[in-house]
Amino acid sequence: MPFIAAKNLTKIYTRGAEKIHALQQASFAIERGEIIAVTGASGSGKTTLVNVLGCLDNPTSGSLTVDGKIIFRDKLKLSETDLTKIRRSIFGYVFQKFFLLPTLTVKENILLPAVFQPGLRANAARLTEILQMLGLDKRANHLPGQLSGGEMQRTAIARALINNPSVLIADEPTGNLDSRRSAEIKNLLLELNQKQKLTIILVTHNPELAKIGSQTLELKDGIIQ
Amino acid sequence: MNIFQVAYKNLLRRKTRTLFTIAGIMLSTWVLVTLLGFNRGYEQSLNENIEGMGFQIVLTAKGCPYEAATLMLKGGTGLRYMPEALVRDVAGRAEVAAATEMLMHAEFDPNKGENGGTIVYLGIDPQTYPALKPYLQFNQGEWFDTDSAAEVVLGYEAAELEQREAGDAMLLPGSEQEFKVRGVLKRTGTQDDGMIFLPLKSAQNIFHKTGQLTMLGLRLKQDVDQTAFEEELYTLPDVQVVSMAQVKNTILSLVASAKVIVLSIAFIAFLIAMFGVLNTVLMSVFERFQEIGILKSLGALPKDVFQMILIETTLLCALGSLAGIILACLFSGFSEMAIRYLLPFAPNGSLIIIGWPTLLFAFSSITLVGLAGGVYPSLRAAAIRPLDSIRSAE
Repeated sequence: MPFIAAKNLTKIYTRGAEKIHALQQASFAIERGEIIAVTGASGSGKTTLVNVLGCLDNPTSGSLTVDGKIIFRDKLKLSETDLTKIRRSIFGYVFQKFFLLPTLTVKENILLPAVFQPGLRANAARLTEILQMLGLDKRANHLPGQLSGGEMQRTAIARALINNPSVLIADEPTGNLDSRRSAEIKNLLLELNQKQKLTIILVTHNPELAKIGSQTLELKDGIIQ
Repeated sequence: MNIFQVAYKNLLRRKTRTLFTIAGIMLSTWVLVTLLGFNRGYEQSLNENIEGMGFQIVLTAKGCPYEAATLMLKGGTGLRYMPEALVRDVAGRAEVAAATEMLMHAEFDPNKGENGGTIVYLGIDPQTYPALKPYLQFNQGEWFDTDSAAEVVLGYEAAELEQREAGDAMLLPGSEQEFKVRGVLKRTGTQDDGMIFLPLKSAQNIFHKTGQLTMLGLRLKQDVDQTAFEEELYTLPDVQVVSMAQVKNTILSLVASAKVIVLSIAFIAFLIAMFGVLNTVLMSVFERFQEIGILKSLGALPKDVFQMILIETTLLCALGSLAGIILACLFSGFSEMAIRYLLPFAPNGSLIIIGWPTLLFAFSSITLVGLAGGVYPSLRAAAIRPLDSIRSAE
């Protein structure tokens, strides 16, 4: 059985009388430790797909299974709290705009997800390991405003990893970076995949970054090509 | 790191706004503590002043009862007089346990203070007056022996003002006669502190009021029905009967409307604190719309976000009320001075009494009211959908 199995995932938004089919009958399978590149033009449904996959949103219909657990089933809608509970036990997120809290240091930003999961609060060893792995150990006590774009994105990746997620979802992780920093992030993602056997779902416009995917889901008008 | 530290650092982000909000809560708490302290202090001081009179009933010459009440508590000018004979038989009645005759005289002294002031003299009977005022104790000396001696006893403040000690001589206004200071009283916190006491007969002579009195103070026997006795006294012609209980009630009824205003201001202070907090925290939630959504996408449950915003509110309110309490305690003397200046009558003693119950009430009520103001913004924050905030950033 695949690690992630999606069957006929559909998402329809309603804007007034108009119905927008953002995602239509998407079915695919992802094995553990795989890197999936999600590509497509703007408005093709990439972000909708990862939002549904990452439990940020309910699909309109279809089913999703992660690690043998049924997350969504036809017509069954989960509450915001239930979505959050699933999300924080399985997924780590990296966003294009980093979204680091400006008043918290690098170390504190990384620990932020652990604040909301009491069992993980005292995990100092994991923090040290992540800081070293991402080359942030010398920047641990700096504020985000004192970091370069690449360092900020590495901090965001470290924050996504602190809770040991099974799946890392990265939405345009190099969208705000120059080519040198983009290559740095690409190598880091590859290293995480190879060393930690982390499953990565990567949304990108960047063909170079998409190349690291073992499987590519190309979307057009909400349909996987 | 814990949620408390995250909330604390959020407050540091906009330091000026946080400081202004804390200042608003601080001022509300200051007003509340001072007003509650005044509410308690005024009544307590009034009670002490009236109990300090030593009499249950005072007879004065017929006139306005409010004027008579002021005379009792403050001394005053425009005094009315009654003949000794008129009230002497009252003192001898069976219901009376003790009685004392008094003649009050107020004189302007140009040497008092910067612009001069009124000095109040009280002619008393040394045989009866001290028994009705057992709390009067001497720093130096003692009471005069006879009711016609050329001697005075100075209240604590009067002695300080006149710079006299027991054994010194002093001239009284309008009299060429030299009076000897026989004693100086200890501080009582009542109107007696500012008084110059002299024997009744001497007072009648030097103030040209022979055979006349300003007041007759009465203490009744324990089982006497005071109301019934007062009813009988009302039949006396040209005499005003002032019961100390009535005096207290009269003054309290006069200040009752002021108390309503005081409590209204306290209520407004509550509202200012609440809306100040609501406005600040709500603005902060709107500003952090994206950030709160991201926190939720990182695993924060709605209850975590609610808790975080409520902790921020609690910190604001607790710091503000604590600062307000410190300010109220530090400046209670200044507040008392201002109140004394503004009020037509203020009893002696502390007008503002700030006790632990007042402080605890102010701290907890302002904090709770502020927290109530923080509930709505916290609910708004808890309801933010991560998806909406991520989309808003795109």
